[in-house]
Formats: sequence, C-alpha cells, structure tokens
Amino acid sequence: MQRPNLPSGVVAFVKRDCPTCERVAPVLARLAEEIELSVFSQDDPGFPEGVEAVDDTSLEMSWYHDIEAVPTLLRVEDGVVKERAVGWQRQEWEALTGVHGLGPGLPELAFGCGSLSAAPDRAEALAALYGSDVLCARRVELAANEDPFESQFERGWSDGLPLVPPTPQRVLAMLEGTRRAPGEVAALVPPDLVECTVEKVAINAVMAGCKPEYLPVVIAALEGACTDAFNMHGLLCTTMPVGPVLVVNGPVRRRIGMNSGVNVFGQGNRANLTIGRALQLVVRNVGGGRPGAIDRATFGNPGKLSFCFAEDEEGSPWEPLSTTLGAEPGKDTVTLFPGEAPRSVVDQLSRDPESLARSFAVNLRTLHHPKIVLAFDALLAIGPEHSRVFREAGWDKRQLTDRLHELLQLPGAELVRGAGGISEGLPEAVKDSTIPKFRPDGILVVHCGGGAGLFSAIIGGWAGGAIGSQPVVQEIRP
Amino acid sequence: MNEVLLDPTNEKRAPRRERRPRLDELAGKTVGLLDISKPRGDLFLDRLEEKLRGEGAEVLRFRKPTFTKPAPIDLRQEIATRCDAVIEALAD
Repeated sequence: MQRPNLPSGVVAFVKRDCPTCERVAPVLARLAEEIELSVFSQDDPGFPEGVEAVDDTSLEMSWYHDIEAVPTLLRVEDGVVKERAVGWQRQEWEALTGVHGLGPGLPELAFGCGSLSAAPDRAEALAALYGSDVLCARRVELAANEDPFESQFERGWSDGLPLVPPTPQRVLAMLEGTRRAPGEVAALVPPDLVECTVEKVAINAVMAGCKPEYLPVVIAALEGACTDAFNMHGLLCTTMPVGPVLVVNGPVRRRIGMNSGVNVFGQGNRANLTIGRALQLVVRNVGGGRPGAIDRATFGNPGKLSFCFAEDEEGSPWEPLSTTLGAEPGKDTVTLFPGEAPRSVVDQLSRDPESLARSFAVNLRTLHHPKIVLAFDALLAIGPEHSRVFREAGWDKRQLTDRLHELLQLPGAELVRGAGGISEGLPEAVKDSTIPKFRPDGILVVHCGGGAGLFSAIIGGWAGGAIGSQPVVQEIRP
Repeated sequence: MNEVLLDPTNEKRAPRRERRPRLDELAGKTVGLLDISKPRGDLFLDRLEEKLRGEGAEVLRFRKPTFTKPAPIDLRQEIATRCDAVIEALAD
C-alpha cells in the first residue's frame, strides 16, 4: 500500500468520542466556511455536524500521518505538513488557520484525547496492515503460548543476552529514526557478504534495545565496518581477542545522550551499549558471523557484546579523533577501531608532559608483546586528569604522538628471538637495526573518562594497515 | 492473532553444489597450492609441492594478498580454471 497524501490547506483529525472534539465542532464548521479545510473523522463520518468529514474509520490516514491525539490540526502544502497543533489552543489555531475570533465560548486551552490509530489495542494491527508495504522481512508468527524472549534464544538470534522482540510496530517506530528508505541497502555484510537493508538493521537495532534516534549511528557503524579498509571479515575470523570499537564524535553524542565521562567503557548508558550491540547483532544475524563457527577467537573479549563510546570533546585540549582522521570538524561521525579490551595506565605522579609521555610509551611498548613490533595499532584513551598535564604545558596532540613514536624506536637487539631469554621475537638479522613499535599513523588518541583519576587507557589494535584493518571514520547521515 | 516477530537474519539459504569427483590419481593432474600469506605457510607448501611432484603431478603456486581477507574473486577463478585440485595452507 502507498502512503496516501494529505490534501493541501488545513487538515483536522477528530473523533466523536472525544469531549474536546465535540466542543471544537462549531469552530471546525466555521473554518469550513472560511478556508480550505478537510476533516478526517476517526469513529463517525457524520461527525462533526455542519462539516463534510472524510471517513477515516479505517484509520489509514491517521496511521500514515502519525496522528497521536485528537483534535490535531495540520497546515499542509503539497503533501508536506508545515504546522501542527495538538489539542485545542485558541492562539495556536488562529495562527495556523489565519482566522481570528475562534471559539469565543471556549476556554483558551483544552487537551484532546488519544488518537484511535495510536490506541494500544489497535496500533499493532494497523502497523501490520498499513506497514506491509514498508516491511519486507519474513514474519515469524509465534505459537499461542510461545515466550518471545525464549523463542529468540532458540532461534539463534541472540548474543547471549535477552533481546527486545522485533515486532512490526517496534520496527516501524525504529525506522522513524532515519530518513533512509527501509529497502535501501546499507552494506554488504560479511562473512556471508549479504546485502543488508535498512529494515534489517532496524530489526536488529530493536532487538539490541536501541531507541529510534540511535539508528543513524548504527547504520553508519555498519557502513564503516563493511568497508574493505576496516575488514570486518578478518576481524571476525581472527583468533585474536578483538572486535569493532566505536567512537562517536559530533553533536549527535549529546543529542542521543551518549556517555563520554565517568565509567565511559562500562555499564549504564543505553546509547553506548545498544549501538555497539546492534552492530554485532547485524554481523551475527545478517552476515552469519557466529562465535564457534567463523568467529574463531581464542579468548574474545567482553567488548564483543558492545564496545561503543563518545569522545569528551568539550573537555579535551585537542581536536577530536574524527578530525585527526580527516573528518570535517563538527560533523557527526563514528570511528571504527579494531580493538581488544581496554587496560589501564596508572601514573599519579607525572606533572610534566615528558614524564607522562614516557609512562605512556613504556606501557604502549608491551602491547600484545614487548618484542612484537609494527604489527598492531593502539588507541590511547587519555583521561581528563592526564590531559590537563599536556594542556598546561601547551602540547598539542601531534607533539604528543610524535614524542611517543620517538620514545618507541626500539633497539633490534632487544627484539630478536632469544633476547631476554624469550623465543618470541624477530629474526636475528635485525639485531643491529632500530625498529619502531608502531607504524607512523599507528597511535591514535581519544579524550574521555571521568574527571577524577590520574589514569589513561590503552585499547590495543589488531593486524594494522592494509594487511589487516585500518581505522575508518564514517559520517553519520540522518 | 499470535505475536509476530520480524526475521532479523538474511533469510538466505546457501545453494548446495555437488562436489567435483575425487581424483583417481595425481599423475598428469594439476594441483594448485594456495598460500594464504601466514608466516611459514610457504615451508609447508614447499614440502607438499615436493611430494606432489614426486607423484607426477603438475603444481601451480598461488598466494592471497593477505590472510585476513577472503581470496580475491579473480584468484579463485584462476585456480578453478587452471587446476584439477587445490590445497590451501591455512595457518602458521
């Protein structure tokens, strides 16, 4: 079914079973004489008297045009709603219609009633009826006493935690979070390389517990994950304990209430946790990537359920991570980093930047193994009490990463096989060379964490660069 | 009406294909050896090549650009058209 257009002019939605609609009936009758007015009646086409109402007892128009309460008054131009007034409010109605002296006997303000199209006992059936042109996914009808939570576990859809049941109504509500068409292909998802529509992303986002306003971030994360540069396929299949780490930048962080502060990598924030989870559910359910099957991680890490956070841009002395990676300042982006679980760097005594940089360097050197070099990138998450040291000394971000690279030029003699009594290492031939721990762009810096604690954190990477995975910054589009 | 959920999976079924018949003998056959670019995979394949040649097989060597990504489609196509069988060296 196609979304039916609204007529131009002023459009009203009413029902007889609403005292406020009854009271404004004479106002509508007057408007019908003076301006171009269309009235849609939800329960009685004979209502209101004195107006030739359009029968919307099917609730089709009300459902398609998101009428939540009656009376609702709309001003429509070429099918587009320009203004909306809900309930009776004289000034608002006068401004919207351009007609003055409306309802002289009425109070200034009277609340309306719920729209029949939004009534709990009708909404789902309407969604299933009118939403059928929008939703293409296979419908799974549960048996009479089947528990939807248990059923999802049994069907293999879960990451191990309970899922919100993806009913058509919830999925339609989720799709309201994006301007993209449900049938648009968002990405080719590994490992099965399946075309994944916005609708499928929305279904998995519902299951993850997302709110509709998170959906654009989930879609962007998926787009970034499925690039050749990020190489989600390899990240999924590797035996190493890594997964996609999502860092969100831009105004969207505040708009959807993400956490960049206290307990930033921990529990407690719905947006952080469900966005990361939704991406992993899409990879599992659409891409077919399941642990024990193609996901062969020896250990994995708890972040493979969800690892997503926002950067504390406001408190940072530096430009955000997204800008370092080439995004326009102020844009909403999600950066994907192939990372393991974070670990803490404690330094409570350094008050000058050189000393603190040295602390970071000795910790960074141990990444995956102190004798393994040039294989892995690192995401260094600097907390506010540490970043203050650099701010006060006037070090910019580049100065810090340059210094870290200098401090991490390692003597080959310490890296070769057998050095330190450890077999792991490089071939003897490099004994007399100096070798950097990281490739030139291999240390990324992000600012986040709570205001108290002289700590930072390192998120170790996975096979960095063209052979494995490169960090990807993806713009978030509405 | 009972509760309805929307299927979150890709709703695809992988097509089943018949395996190619097993080779009766190696002599005169072309065997591809695919190195996935993991360290020391070459050592394993060198030894296999020796063995296969000893059995009278022709051996062609191939290499994936990186072990972290699936083999490019051109490479898969080339192996399929030029070889009677293929052996992949999977790990270090």
